[in-house]
Amino acid sequence: MEWQFVDNAPIYSQIVQQMRLNIASGVLAPGERLRSVRDMAVEAGVNPNTMQRALAELERDGLVYSQRTSGRYVTEETSMIEETRKTIAKDYVKSFMESMNRLGYSSREIADIIEAFEKEDGAHGNLKM
Amino acid sequence: MAILKCNELTKQYGSVCALDHISLTIEPGRIVGLLGPNGSGKTTLIKLANGLLTPSSGEILINGDKPGVESKRFISYLPDRTCIATWMTVKQLMDFYMDFYGDFDVDAARQMLSRLGIDEKQRVRQMSKGTREKVQLILVMSRKAGLYLLDEPIGGVDPATRDYILNTIIGNYNPEASVIISTHLIADVENVLDDVIFINCGQIVLTSSVDDIRENNGKSVDALFREVFKC
Repeated sequence: MEWQFVDNAPIYSQIVQQMRLNIASGVLAPGERLRSVRDMAVEAGVNPNTMQRALAELERDGLVYSQRTSGRYVTEETSMIEETRKTIAKDYVKSFMESMNRLGYSSREIADIIEAFEKEDGAHGNLKM
Repeated sequence: MAILKCNELTKQYGSVCALDHISLTIEPGRIVGLLGPNGSGKTTLIKLANGLLTPSSGEILINGDKPGVESKRFISYLPDRTCIATWMTVKQLMDFYMDFYGDFDVDAARQMLSRLGIDEKQRVRQMSKGTREKVQLILVMSRKAGLYLLDEPIGGVDPATRDYILNTIIGNYNPEASVIISTHLIADVENVLDDVIFINCGQIVLTSSVDDIRENNGKSVDALFREVFKC
């Protein structure tokens, strides 16, 4: 996994975000076993307590679960994964719309732009919502 | 119980006050950055913890006791300068450490040496400054200690080795042990730290968890440091 961190947010919340994205996009498959906290911390170059905190939060949200002896796993509940996927998509749309509104485009115009974009770059675009 | 505790700790060199009534507590299982500009008192604090200096007033306790034989068993210390005998080979140094410290893990040391491409038969005298620092740090990190005091551990090594060293610190993580890293290379270490202590002119300016700094200030520890210590 490729980890990237920005300076202006806590590391643990960035780990949570990236894990959510990986689970929603299927990079981490449902039911997949996660590696140990220590291994994941070393890979991300972060403090093990930070990784532990991030995983605890994902566990609280139900996206991962732990089994007492064998470690942590990605949830198998596909409805929950789908829910997460939708939430992330909504966030993307929200920030996109905000940027476009700042540029002075109305919702109507934005729809036209997207349509035009799809026609141009449709071959590699997959913008179905 | 706190691994390290200072109560009103003060150290004066003649009329110069290097540490001025410092009180702080470090719990087990934390990686703590001791951050401050040059001459702020970082090394003095670490030397006091090691019993290399004695307080002018106040006290410093390691596991509840004053620094002494027991604390030397407990603490693995990396000084800010070369402290290993330069006429020895790496192999001889490992034997020396094994004789001195019951918790020295020679296999761990060998593994790190080979990973960094350091020849056991080489004498310290023949090594570059960076390689000496690596050897010294490997010896210190190969002990299964309760408290690691690392004074400027990454100052003289290249960025790739820096990453390896920081990974070693995280990878050797023992939930009961704590690590104190003094440095001014904050951007390099901040992702591995739990907590930071900002120190300036012998006084503690700030103690906080790294997460809290980012959450409350919306900026990295490095950025905050530059702001607090702006020249």
